[in-house]
Amino acid sequence: MAEQVTMYQDGSAAVESDGVRRRDFINIAAVSFAGVGGASVLIPLITQMAPSKDVLALSSTEVDISAVQPGQAIKTVFRKQPVFIRNLTPAEIAAADKVPVDSLRDPQSLEERTVDGKKNWLVTLGVCTHLGCVPLGAAQGEIKGEFGGYFCPCHGSHYDTAARIRKGPAPKNLEVPEFSFLSDTVIKIG
Amino acid sequence: MSFSWAKHYEPKSDLTKWLDERLPLPRLVYGAIGGGYPVPRNLNYFWNFGVLAGIALVIQIVTGIIMAMHYAPNALVAFDSTEHIMRDVNWGWMLRYAHANGASFFFIVVYIHIFRGLYFSSYKAPREMIWLLGLVIFLLMMATAFMGYVLPWGQMSFWGAKVITGLFGAIPLVGEPIQQWLLGGYAPDNAALNRFFSLHYLLPFVIAGVVILHIWALHIPGSSNPTGVEVKSESDTVPFHPYYTAKDGFGLGVFLILFCAVLFFAPNMLGHPDNYIPANPLSTPAHIVPEWYFWPFYAILRAFTFDFFIVPAKLLGVLAMFASILLLFFLPWLDRSPVRSGNYRPLFRTFFIVLVIDVLILGYLGGAPAEEPYVMLSQLASAYYFAHFLIILPIISKIEKPKPLPFSITEAVLGKDSHGTAGGPALQPAE
Repeated sequence: MAEQVTMYQDGSAAVESDGVRRRDFINIAAVSFAGVGGASVLIPLITQMAPSKDVLALSSTEVDISAVQPGQAIKTVFRKQPVFIRNLTPAEIAAADKVPVDSLRDPQSLEERTVDGKKNWLVTLGVCTHLGCVPLGAAQGEIKGEFGGYFCPCHGSHYDTAARIRKGPAPKNLEVPEFSFLSDTVIKIG
Repeated sequence: MSFSWAKHYEPKSDLTKWLDERLPLPRLVYGAIGGGYPVPRNLNYFWNFGVLAGIALVIQIVTGIIMAMHYAPNALVAFDSTEHIMRDVNWGWMLRYAHANGASFFFIVVYIHIFRGLYFSSYKAPREMIWLLGLVIFLLMMATAFMGYVLPWGQMSFWGAKVITGLFGAIPLVGEPIQQWLLGGYAPDNAALNRFFSLHYLLPFVIAGVVILHIWALHIPGSSNPTGVEVKSESDTVPFHPYYTAKDGFGLGVFLILFCAVLFFAPNMLGHPDNYIPANPLSTPAHIVPEWYFWPFYAILRAFTFDFFIVPAKLLGVLAMFASILLLFFLPWLDRSPVRSGNYRPLFRTFFIVLVIDVLILGYLGGAPAEEPYVMLSQLASAYYFAHFLIILPIISKIEKPKPLPFSITEAVLGKDSHGTAGGPALQPAE
């Protein structure tokens, strides 16, 4: 005799097999349903904090670089963050190429950080990779640090002419954002 | 509550009797902070700081709610609306200075409260929960203070928000998405300012809730005391009211005199002039430091300038900073000495004083520029901080020979002769 009939107080009867009652099943199913439903409500509650559509819409920027002479740099804004666009002089390019890549903290050559054939155009975020300060060195008269690139005044990170970290606490080179040349004088960042 | 001889609330008037049968709120208050809470008779003035912290929280909530009536959390106008409070709103300058300096005084009071707990080992059994809840309050306070500092949207506000959320960027793989999620963008902007305002308004009430749990947990074993000897009989205690309401009232008077002295005569002493410059995402102030109450932790953060195996320096600093607080959650189990009070632990007492000096040095270094010799000193002071809790404290509790403890609180107060009065209904004050 595998089955046993149980009478409940409300007069209903249930057939037990394997010790699982109909009510146990309903209980587990209901709580699971409510649990999954409740957990899924968390998705909108959490993702509402992620960048909104209008913030994401700002994620590309076009810049006219025709006026930037060799040795000069301009600051522009991309995603509410400063971007440095620098027209390197042949001497600065040579200084960057002279450094053995393997000796760097974040090994990258100038070629890897620029577009083919436009090695003189160095485009980087103006955000120190240590804690996010804006390094000096883009505007005229600002300190360029010991390696002639950028210098972050907050905690003393020095970047070279390819904006690679050379000295100080920052772990990475200044980030090169995604960018492309729309023409010889206009670049699109993002 | 905690002791059998605690007095019980007796409603006098018909109204209070009527209320007591329906909602015994006066009974709750009487038992919590009234005549119904027996407290050791020998508490010194260091026991004032819990009540003072509660009052500081009330000052912050009152001045904060009022300022929210005049402030606008929008990146375009936040700075101007702050200046509007300072210049145009009636008494706005006083309320804002009270709120800004109130935060500093809240931290001063809480730091003394924490070090009181460290010296008298208030974290030991059976009071671990009080200690743990207190640390939760401390963490909530730090989050609240940080977000509040962002709201005026000055240069320090902006760059503080950037640097502190940048700490999360140090986490491998998920760091950058977390940072963008926290800010609602790629850099601090309107989205960040709005959510910081929302949370800055919410968290003080969460703190108030945890404070209630903190006091609830306190009332189970009852207050600790400077001898560390547990209450044995009624003669060891006096009712909270009027004895400690009076003593706390005196302490409150001193607190308010000091608070008003800073509020009215040096309201910007603890602030940064750079925060009177509107936020500028394209220019970083030359010297970014957080508010003074974060300096010891900021010094630990900056002490790590070298990579350790594969862990980068930046991540190490962040981990160490959080660890310096999380470590305190394990303190009840790191200090194994059965003696509570530092007064009876000569070796512990010496190292406690060294720890206080070490934390003060860390505080000084956290406010100093990130250059030598400050960096090297930060490394030494940070190392000592961790060594105190992880190495020195466990060793002391093993090798130390404590001084003899008094038999009871009454004996400690009145001398051995009064031995016989223990257990009697003596309620005269300690003098």
